[in-house]
Amino acid sequence: MPLSDFQPVIGLEVHAQQLTKSKIFCGCSTEFGAEPNRNTCPVCLGMPGVLPVLNQRVVEFAIRTGLALGCTIKKTSVWSRKNYFYPDLPKGYQITQYDQPICEWGSLTIDTPEGEKTIRIRRIHMEEDAGKSVHDASVGESLVDLNRAGVPLLEIVSEPDLRSADEAVEYLKALRDVLVYLGVNDGNMEEGSFRCDANVSVMRKGETKYGQRVELKNINSFRFIKQAIEYEIARHVEVIESGGKIDQETRLWDTQRGETRSMRSKEEAHDYRYFPEPDLPPLHIPDALIDQVAQGLPELPRPKLQRFMSQYGLPAYDAKLLCAERPLAEFFEACAQHSKDYKKLSNWFQGELARLLNESGGTVGISTLKFTPAQLGELLTAVEKGTISNNAAKDVLGEMFRTGKAPDAIIAEKGLAQVSDTGAVEAVVDEVLAKNAGEVEKYRAGKKQIFGFFVGQVMKAMKGKGNPTLVNELLKKKLGD
Amino acid sequence: MKLTIEQVRHVANLARLSLTPEEEQRYATQLSAVLDAVAQLQELDVSGVEPTSHATLASSLLREDVTRPSLPPEKGLANAPVKMGTSFAVPKIIE
Repeated sequence: MPLSDFQPVIGLEVHAQQLTKSKIFCGCSTEFGAEPNRNTCPVCLGMPGVLPVLNQRVVEFAIRTGLALGCTIKKTSVWSRKNYFYPDLPKGYQITQYDQPICEWGSLTIDTPEGEKTIRIRRIHMEEDAGKSVHDASVGESLVDLNRAGVPLLEIVSEPDLRSADEAVEYLKALRDVLVYLGVNDGNMEEGSFRCDANVSVMRKGETKYGQRVELKNINSFRFIKQAIEYEIARHVEVIESGGKIDQETRLWDTQRGETRSMRSKEEAHDYRYFPEPDLPPLHIPDALIDQVAQGLPELPRPKLQRFMSQYGLPAYDAKLLCAERPLAEFFEACAQHSKDYKKLSNWFQGELARLLNESGGTVGISTLKFTPAQLGELLTAVEKGTISNNAAKDVLGEMFRTGKAPDAIIAEKGLAQVSDTGAVEAVVDEVLAKNAGEVEKYRAGKKQIFGFFVGQVMKAMKGKGNPTLVNELLKKKLGD
Repeated sequence: MKLTIEQVRHVANLARLSLTPEEEQRYATQLSAVLDAVAQLQELDVSGVEPTSHATLASSLLREDVTRPSLPPEKGLANAPVKMGTSFAVPKIIE
């Protein structure tokens, strides 16, 4: 029986590092890339006798995320200890939320080839991250860095509503966009601040009972998630088809070999003996705090995209690019105040502006641009009025990008203004035609393809500054077309 | 309720305790007595009572999201049996 006779069922658990300055239970910095163990203290090192004190921002971020995803915010939630031994877990337990998480039952809408689809979110809870261990082959030991231990995480758990690897990737992208828009997470998968575990199973089509699921861990890019889920689906079908049985287990995606493999060390670890964390009382959230967070919620990516299409009349493609990042979308809207041809403005964003940002190699971002939205508006108006050519405008934008000078000043300085004065252009056209009487003769006799020659001669005489529309128009008139 | 030796071994393994056969027997008896005591409590109907998982009823005290100086790594690592630079060195973690 082929793959198509089976229905994959996928649920995702996302761990997103919160963008706080300090850790969840102590004042150590959360900065990435510091020297190993530079950001540690007795609390996050798990020294005896210390007590955790909850970071207020962590609670606000959890509420913000819960509200954005349509969750119920629980008035009371409870901290638990999840007990296991691992070298990167100094206390021997992780402080997390277990049976009473802070947020429950929300959803996220994604696009699929069949249209919109709503994926239910079962819960969101807060917890502390573990440290990081790297294996050092030269000494045959593993090195433990606890800078990450105690960095606040949000764990966001979906229902098993996803039906393909593509849907899983769509969900993750949409979720990441929301978290980044909210300012809760930086969306950086490479640095591990947005990580995903996938629960994958398959069942025969028409069945209603889910198959045995397997947990895939350690996947750190959208491409690998797609590959790992697809590999796992195929593996399940093959095992079932050959009369075998899928074991409940945790598997790792091996990027080198392009396959999943069993993580034996985790087999016994599922008995976590959760119990209420005695060092932290239950968390009570006043309505006033929820209201306050709700008022500060930004417009989310999906509604913004839809508004860009309706308000600015932009194609979905443009709207999607412009809304990809909140600062970009906001800058576009600021520019749209000064330039009413929104599609043209969008083209400049996707073309020249994107190119300049790219070429800066990340040294310049939307928020550090040297020119203002009003100045970009002036530049586009100059093109529209025929003051400068489209090509010259690209140079001007480049100069604005580098120096922050006003477009008018650059146009004057570089002498880029086009000659749009009919009398002046006409004089040159007359001169060129008089000088090239022979060519004029041929043209009038039907050799129309030499029209470009006349345009070239006029432009040359005008040092490239003739308004091309006007030059064409006058030449045609004088040549008797 | 009598705990089996297998259950005692399982719990010991999760806690990374290595027990002698005599200890396994002794803890089976002792832990069974603890469970019996809890079982007695479970006879009470407390369905209308809030669980008391914490001794204090106070709500969480929250701290502002500001950083404070960390420990210098040499202090944090002072008790480490083995270190490498400013990292803790541990037996190879096999994955």
